[in-house]
Amino acid sequence: MTSMPKPKISKHLPTNKLGLTIRHYEGVMSTLCAGCGHDSVTAALVQAFWELDLAPESAAKVSGIGCSSKTTAYFMGQSHGINTVHGRMPSVATGANAVNGDLHYIGISGDGDSLSIGFGQFAHAIRRNLNMLYMIENNGVYGLTKGQFSASADIGTKSKKGIANEQTPIDPCIQALTLGAGFVARGFSGDKSQLVPLIKAGLMHKGFALIDVISPCVTFNDHAGSTKSYAHTYKYYHPLVHTDFVAQADEITGAPDADGLLSVTLHDGGVLRLRQTESDYDPRDRAQAIETLMTPSDTGEIRTGLLYLNEDMGDMHAANSLPATPLNAISQDVLCPGSEALAKLQARYR
Amino acid sequence: MKPTDVKDPDYFHKVVDCQWACPAHTPVPEYIRLIAQGKFTEAYLVNRRSNVFPGILGRVCDRPCEPACRRGRVEEEPVAICRLKRVAADHRDEVSHLLPQKPETTNGKKIALVGAGPASLTVANDLAPLGYECTVFEAMHRPGGLMISNIPAFRLPEEVLDEEIGYIENMGVEIKLNHRVESLKSLLDEGYDAVFIGSGAPKGKDLKIEGRDEAAANIHIGIEWLENVAFEHTKAIGKKVLIIGVGNTAMDCCRTSLRLGADDVKVMARKPREFFKASPWELEDAEDENVEILVNHSPKRFVIENGKLTGMEFELMEYQLDENGRITDTKIAGSKIIPCDDVILAIGQENAFPWIERDAGIEFDKWGVPIVDETTHESTVKGVFFGGDSAFGPKNIIWAVEHGHQAAISIHKHCQGENVAERMPRGLNLTSAKMGVNEWMYSNSFDASDRREMPLVELKQRLADRRKEVEVGFTDEQIITEVQRCLNCDVQTVFDAPLCKECDACLDICPVDCLSIVPVAEEADLRQTLRVPANNAEQAVYVSEPLKDTGRVMVKDEDLCLHCGLCAERCPTSAWDMQDADIFIPHAIEEAEGVAAE
Repeated sequence: MTSMPKPKISKHLPTNKLGLTIRHYEGVMSTLCAGCGHDSVTAALVQAFWELDLAPESAAKVSGIGCSSKTTAYFMGQSHGINTVHGRMPSVATGANAVNGDLHYIGISGDGDSLSIGFGQFAHAIRRNLNMLYMIENNGVYGLTKGQFSASADIGTKSKKGIANEQTPIDPCIQALTLGAGFVARGFSGDKSQLVPLIKAGLMHKGFALIDVISPCVTFNDHAGSTKSYAHTYKYYHPLVHTDFVAQADEITGAPDADGLLSVTLHDGGVLRLRQTESDYDPRDRAQAIETLMTPSDTGEIRTGLLYLNEDMGDMHAANSLPATPLNAISQDVLCPGSEALAKLQARYR
Repeated sequence: MKPTDVKDPDYFHKVVDCQWACPAHTPVPEYIRLIAQGKFTEAYLVNRRSNVFPGILGRVCDRPCEPACRRGRVEEEPVAICRLKRVAADHRDEVSHLLPQKPETTNGKKIALVGAGPASLTVANDLAPLGYECTVFEAMHRPGGLMISNIPAFRLPEEVLDEEIGYIENMGVEIKLNHRVESLKSLLDEGYDAVFIGSGAPKGKDLKIEGRDEAAANIHIGIEWLENVAFEHTKAIGKKVLIIGVGNTAMDCCRTSLRLGADDVKVMARKPREFFKASPWELEDAEDENVEILVNHSPKRFVIENGKLTGMEFELMEYQLDENGRITDTKIAGSKIIPCDDVILAIGQENAFPWIERDAGIEFDKWGVPIVDETTHESTVKGVFFGGDSAFGPKNIIWAVEHGHQAAISIHKHCQGENVAERMPRGLNLTSAKMGVNEWMYSNSFDASDRREMPLVELKQRLADRRKEVEVGFTDEQIITEVQRCLNCDVQTVFDAPLCKECDACLDICPVDCLSIVPVAEEADLRQTLRVPANNAEQAVYVSEPLKDTGRVMVKDEDLCLHCGLCAERCPTSAWDMQDADIFIPHAIEEAEGVAAE
């Protein structure tokens, strides 16, 4: 962490369509370790929200427990949010989303919060197709408790003291694909040119959008022998798909299908332009996505980018015929029709 | 683009915009930090080493540092650097025992200095402590040159002048007053080892238009008139006064007129305001005293009735400007007579060397300015050096001081039989400013306070007494606030590429988004690929060696950096460090002692 918050200088900065500079999207001073990948994820979120011209108050930030879950305090101080209990963020997000579907829900979790204590919650939020962007800041260790391996640690990766992990890792992207998520991506905190478009696309996707972000733990998992260090990730970093997000209002330039370029219109606005680095990879093919992730790379490549996208799935609101109007916009007499109505309702069950 | 060579003393020097812009390269942030610590005497001495006259310059410097100040780019107003210089001078303790002393013996070398202005006095200041016998010849009865004759006492009290000139006299410098040098040849015949000419640009320009001769009694040449006021030969002026010209001399003339009995003073400018030569703060000070400044009035003739000046006729000008603000067309839209009792001409001044014989060997250019080497200050006669306004035409005090420093080095080398052109290079000492975890040897927090305004003596009181100093000096509260506005640009961000792990932490925390990690490219392209394009071409971009994991480079746009050190605080490997850059500017004493930068 630093000795002071970032001074609010904005004379040099452009404003977005709401007249806000990127400074307006920042939060309180981070108390994470200097060099933590999570702070870069924060910066990417700030940039994505600013570039999308989304009002800070249109967002609800939800998180569980862990270094990752502190992130919600560090961006968009003017938005809604709640820090829940460990691994229980998806349930709280479900409740919030059910009563107010108008907000942009951003869940920030970690590999411990989502893949151990909250694994069940994570799975069922995907099954419900909860309309939210779910970010896992994945560093392979429990940083807050001094660096024990988490459930995402690779076999053979070494702890700071040199002990190798022997348990099989859980890959959140494979899990999400098998559970039916409509938007599955992997990013890296060190590459905002990829991460920012993914965040924008995830926010504009209607339904559950998972971004698993490799976000190195600079204190407990950034040494030689670690498979989640900065150096290792840079060395084996391999985007399968290059992603550009184009806001709907902007003109789309270039031929949409030349050079393996795909354009996908997102349900909540904007167009994704995708270019594969391997010509036979199609991010609309779920079976291929699962197969690719399940097949170990000969060269140890870490495959990143938008791995799978399906824009044709109904979200939780559609499946449960929930009211489109947020409950806080419905008048008191409709929300609470009185004791007569209650008696009538109860009579139906007698 | 190649990696930046931060060992080049000029690289980090340029980042300290104020110090780079100062002709004498005063280490501004260093003395502001000393003031912040209450070390006024030390702050004064740091100033004095560079600019010799901190008390004087703290009041009347032309302040090239302030328009350069980075703070003016980050927010609206630069740091009040000049005001803080005066703070150091006002609050210092006795310093005479801390200054260079008169040597016990001289080295036998005799130096003649013509004119007791800032240039000659600086040469004497640098050479006398080394043992040189310096004799200054001054035509007037008091030393100081234009600092006493042209700058009104309400801006620069005589005690301040006397004290700082006194320090130099105490070094064993002889100042011969009322001693006008009438002939360079005879001066050269007197056997001096070197001659320094710092006789200024003493000739005010005249305006030869209709009526000039008939109205001569009420038409005054600005710098001559100011000198007559300073030495009390002139004690009054008419009620209605017109000042022709809109430079700093014009500002001194209009404000002095108000103190000599005028109650309606107009400054007449030929061009629109953006072409004014006066410093913005001098214009402000004059307007604060209800001086009216009229633009687009070009003098046509003096109006005389019954043999006496009654007014002046002006042509009313109209200018067409292009988008760069340059005049493309001029039109006369009519004329107007403005009544007046006196006119003061403040339209510039020129060099004049009636005492230098044309066959003395000094070559002049077609404007009558001597041909002088810009580095060594040597004229076309070996051993004769020029400085101040007499060297390259009218500039200002701080330039005169720097000329003096450079000429002193040349005179020393000349007298020691060394090549005057071979000069000690500038140097750079970098020391880490780190004192502990997130602790630095400077206050790195950003203070958003606005520039403090100088308190002034109330108008009626100041006009009643010509010698009453108008500016009171900063209050304690103002000092405390203003010192914190300084960004400490001399505490540099220094990058050690092999340590970087490209975690982006510095990029994310930078409050002015001046850091980027990008593929290397040629400078013009590279500047455009940064997170915020580096469009201020006057400011450098700092490019690292290629980084080990991706081969990209760390780039810093120096333009808006707050020197807050957050990049270094956020860096997990100390690849970024804050380092105090001490820019070493050699003077004659270092040349004499052979002490270069460490």
